[in-house]
Amino acid sequence: MATPMFRFDPVELPPEALVMRAEVREFIKDNAELMKFPRGDFNREFSRKMGKRGWIGLTWPKQYGGHERSAFERFVLIEEMLAAGAPLSAHYTGDRQSGPNILRFGTEEQKMFFCPKIAAGELTFCIGMSEPNSGSDVAGTRTRAVKVDGGYKINGSKLWTSNAHRADYAILFCKMGGGGYDETDRHAGATQFLLDLKLPGIEIRPVINLLGEHHFNEIFLTDVFVRDDRLLGREGNGWNQLTSELAFERSAPDRFLVLFQMLREMVRMAGPSPDKATAAALGKLIAQLATLRSMSLSIAGMLQDGLSPNNESAVVKDLGTRYEQDIPVVARQLFPTEPELEAVETYVSMIASSTMNAPRFSIQGGTREILRGIIARGLGLR
Amino acid sequence: MAMRDETRMLLESMTRLFEDKSTKQVIDRAETGEFAADLWQVVAETGVPLAALPESAGGADAEWSDLYAVLRVAGRYSVPLPLAETMLAGWVAASAGLELSDGPMTVGPVRGADRLTVVRDGNGWRLSGKASRLPYASHVDRTVLIADGPDGEMAVALEGTGGAELTAGKNIANEARDTLAFSGVRLSADAVGALGSGVSRGALYRRGALARAAMMSGALERAMDLAVSYAQERVQFGRPISKFQAVQQNLAVLAGQTAAAVAAANLGIEALGRVDAERETFLIAVAKTRVGEAATLACEIAHQVHGAIGFTKEYALQLSTRRLWSWREEFGSDPEWAARVGSYACANGADGLWEMLTAVT
Repeated sequence: MATPMFRFDPVELPPEALVMRAEVREFIKDNAELMKFPRGDFNREFSRKMGKRGWIGLTWPKQYGGHERSAFERFVLIEEMLAAGAPLSAHYTGDRQSGPNILRFGTEEQKMFFCPKIAAGELTFCIGMSEPNSGSDVAGTRTRAVKVDGGYKINGSKLWTSNAHRADYAILFCKMGGGGYDETDRHAGATQFLLDLKLPGIEIRPVINLLGEHHFNEIFLTDVFVRDDRLLGREGNGWNQLTSELAFERSAPDRFLVLFQMLREMVRMAGPSPDKATAAALGKLIAQLATLRSMSLSIAGMLQDGLSPNNESAVVKDLGTRYEQDIPVVARQLFPTEPELEAVETYVSMIASSTMNAPRFSIQGGTREILRGIIARGLGLR
Repeated sequence: MAMRDETRMLLESMTRLFEDKSTKQVIDRAETGEFAADLWQVVAETGVPLAALPESAGGADAEWSDLYAVLRVAGRYSVPLPLAETMLAGWVAASAGLELSDGPMTVGPVRGADRLTVVRDGNGWRLSGKASRLPYASHVDRTVLIADGPDGEMAVALEGTGGAELTAGKNIANEARDTLAFSGVRLSADAVGALGSGVSRGALYRRGALARAAMMSGALERAMDLAVSYAQERVQFGRPISKFQAVQQNLAVLAGQTAAAVAAANLGIEALGRVDAERETFLIAVAKTRVGEAATLACEIAHQVHGAIGFTKEYALQLSTRRLWSWREEFGSDPEWAARVGSYACANGADGLWEMLTAVT
């Protein structure tokens, strides 16, 4: 057949991954009070605990604080934590994408400085990508860096930056100002910096989300001076680096487990012997989840083999977010209730939270439309 | 898991064979009700239909997972033969030590509600009951059935359809689906035998459902291939329709559903014989559920992308979509299997859900 097919070869977890699963379950049991829906609160102490266990930077080289374990063990670790609602926020971005990107593009000094701290759960990263006028169109960034003596002067702003108010560093995406780049090439001059969020000239303002929570922020950068040694990779290579970073972000098994606890609660509501229609509605969701998990595991296999399954990751994220957005829809049909966030009944509060959280799933980390564009490109249509 | 060389070679040679021999002309003729005997002959010569059987029974001890992978290829090429049925008939009959046929066979019951019984009658047996919509029954050399006997379920092997009253029928892909009624049909002693271990009416139904899931995953690959190719060729408004974002987005969904269907079918296939019966049942139920869901969504998109041409008999898309619409209902529809998945999960309990999903045996 002429059409490229996305391949998801079946993968079997190796024995060490099963050992990992047992250890993680024990750890979760010991920290049960920190597990929340859809996820635990930002918690540096929990991240340090995970760091002590050697569970951050699991697959990284030992010389940079990593543990040189397999992608399968990482898969199991992450899926167990996500399904339980563990508080991963303080290290997750660093573990998933900032650390790997530094390992790929950073200088020796940067790798030695940042990666062991991330792996210890001591350093929180956030993603300095989106801007007020640059969302899906990341290349449209208006933030500019200008070369000055000993470093760069950066001006601009970032928006929708999760955890910026409690993070230590951001990987900042911007463009070189002051000319010298081909204006017709939208990716020309793109550059990434390792931005210390305590530098003078940085102002961080909260953006409250529709649940009333403070996760998002707006970051304003006014003549921020960044030293030469905090340039990540090369000037002008930012677009390549960003593509790689997004591939790390999208290949994680975390696009279909945000609402797992809600699915579990629906099974509880159904009781041990539900009517056929209820069983079928739940069974359809469970079949979707089992399939997504197997596809995601297959991606872990490809990562383990050193491949870059970007198209496959886009497929899993697209299917995964659709599945997660269906969960509250099916829930309200099977077990109608008036949603209330602060309700004492677990299910009532979960349906409130999942209904309100659902829209973000197909926006964050690449909108549904962008992902389908990636898939279409993978099919050779663009 | 890397594919074994043996598997790869088998799939490559069967792909070539089906591509050459299961042409639209051959399928069209088979759909008129004339059995594709020439195609059967070349397929039989490969030894694939009975390959799963032990060498002592004329097979090759092949892996079931390899044979199900062949069924996926057969589904891709809309092969108009009872290939899955012959494989499963061989499995049931050989387990009971009954005589096999080199020719095409069918197997049943294929519906959960159908019941057949055998009772002793002197040296022989008498068979009663009904087996609805047996695939290709009017064309086979042998019919293998599972019936309730005095000591539990028994295998029955009939020459042709062995004295049944046959009511011809067909699915919407014009594949024969014939109903057999038996009213005390007399059978010789060697036509009935005790089932081997692991073989039962339930197991047959599961393996049949998985066969349809595998064939559907192949048919989905074909429908997607046709849609993507067509979109790149068809020019409207001065450019290929594949350049329009609305079409690209639809094709991306089609590709995702196809990939999910293949992955889900593989979940069931990989489980065969490698996990306990309960886990196997769960994973096969997941497969038929998810593949059925994908088929519904994917057929709609494949047709939408094709416009009017896809709605014609002349164009090949319908060979795949009519089969998908048929097969999604056979051996249990996706809602039926979804209810099994859900019931199993609920009986297992909310707090066991995650362990159920992540279990390996």
